[in-house]
Amino acid sequence: MQKFIRDSGHLIRPAIVLLAGLGLFMVIRAAVVPKGFGQYGHYRPGALAAIRQHPVAYAGQGACVLCHDEEGKVRASGKHAHVACETCHGPLAKHADDPGANIPKLPTVATLCVRCHEKDTAKPKTFPQVVSTEHSGGMACNQCHKPHNPQL
Amino acid sequence: MIPGVDGFMYPNEVELQWSLLIVLYPFVTGLVAGAFILASLERVFKVDAVRPTYRLALLTALAFLLVAPLPLQLHLGHPERSFEMYTTPHRSSAMAMFGFVYLWYLTVVLLLEIWLEYRSDIVRLAESSKGFLRLVYRALTLGSMNVSPDALRIDDKVGYAVTVIGIPSAFLLHGYVGFIFGSIKANPWWSTPLMPIVFLFSAMVSGIAAVLLLYMASMKLKKWPIDMRCADTIAKYLFYTFVIDFTLEMLDLIHRTYESDESFRSLDFMVHTRLWYSHVVLQICLGTVIPLALLAANQLWKFREAKRRVMYVTACSLTMIGIFAMRWNVVIGGQLFSKSFLGYTTYKVDLVTREGLLAAIALMLLPFVIFFVLVKLLPPWQESEAHKA
Repeated sequence: MQKFIRDSGHLIRPAIVLLAGLGLFMVIRAAVVPKGFGQYGHYRPGALAAIRQHPVAYAGQGACVLCHDEEGKVRASGKHAHVACETCHGPLAKHADDPGANIPKLPTVATLCVRCHEKDTAKPKTFPQVVSTEHSGGMACNQCHKPHNPQL
Repeated sequence: MIPGVDGFMYPNEVELQWSLLIVLYPFVTGLVAGAFILASLERVFKVDAVRPTYRLALLTALAFLLVAPLPLQLHLGHPERSFEMYTTPHRSSAMAMFGFVYLWYLTVVLLLEIWLEYRSDIVRLAESSKGFLRLVYRALTLGSMNVSPDALRIDDKVGYAVTVIGIPSAFLLHGYVGFIFGSIKANPWWSTPLMPIVFLFSAMVSGIAAVLLLYMASMKLKKWPIDMRCADTIAKYLFYTFVIDFTLEMLDLIHRTYESDESFRSLDFMVHTRLWYSHVVLQICLGTVIPLALLAANQLWKFREAKRRVMYVTACSLTMIGIFAMRWNVVIGGQLFSKSFLGYTTYKVDLVTREGLLAAIALMLLPFVIFFVLVKLLPPWQESEAHKA
């Protein structure tokens, strides 16, 4: 038995190396995996607090129409009724907080409208779309269309 | 019209997300699994004729295994994040599970088997070499200089057990690569339960061909005679494996044709147009039918030694091209058609980019550099071969 142990003793060595590697992995894992990982799902629970700390960028539809009631009504009666104000005007939470100090810029129609309405075969046929260069010949869209209610 | 696009493609299908490097990944992994299976022929199935390639096959498997994850790392925008699949693996991720299969195969199977096989050589080299190399060999002994006949006998038994465990591990390693593609149910070109099995057999074919080529090239470089009994036996096993691989691929093809689901016309059109050269010419004709014919001829007739050598080198080289083309057709082919089955896109290989041709060539050369270093460090040649020379 002693002879067997002596002749097979060297096999313990790769096992020790393997266990040492495993131990090192566990140490690294303990150091790099965020605390409480997996508590609520496959993410670190601290992410929720970190996301909550992000400043609010969008004021929301309700805040816009408090002051811009007129534009709100025009938009609600047209095809853009389901498009929120900040989709085109950008995030305006700061403006809603302090309208005087944060005056938003008007969007550039040359690049704004084609974002949705440029012709693309991947879009449903019923969706209004044009080849902008052929359709307007370089004219700005809002020279013919009202952006809040895009009828001629 | 978008250049390179015919018909209708969804916007996210126009550019291929998986590039040439993702073609390399199954190719390289396949060589590992195939080389190991060849090594197991001698160790487990007692095919003594292939003994001269046993160590060579193990070193080939190790050299390619070390490179196997690199194409994936280069493909990633943030390769450092890939290690998170070890630290926080998600059980629903096939790739995360593959990471553990890879580590298991590398540490518990391949490194352990190589260590056990080379232990007596390592101890001898640790005593006879000098300087830095002596330190390296001493480290490789792991502090044990016991190479008594009884200790070596135990090594042999443990090595046998490791190889027995290694065979399903090698199957799992490459079966998993096929599994990753086969389980993508949104893609009809990939989604078939036959995919892991086809990948496995093609891996065995490419690995066996690669080891035979490396063996013949090594003998040529060393100006030693090729053990033709060994080469003939490997060629015989290559033929058997290739027949099974080809049959499985044809079974898949017949099944697809007979089933003719809604994707069939689109895939059939693709094979006859965009994939004609890589699939029909390279993979089937040049990479399968010709090598199979060469190998079959050797089973039917007896050729002279010089002729057999040329036939084996030709068959193995064409096999490697054919298996690479198969990986290309799976990975690239699966992304060339639209999921609407109404359009096709084109893949153009970049040259000097992170996922370009030069990166791919460098990644294909790297295993050979590692192999060269391994062969220098752990000579695979048996004494009998040296005597023959």
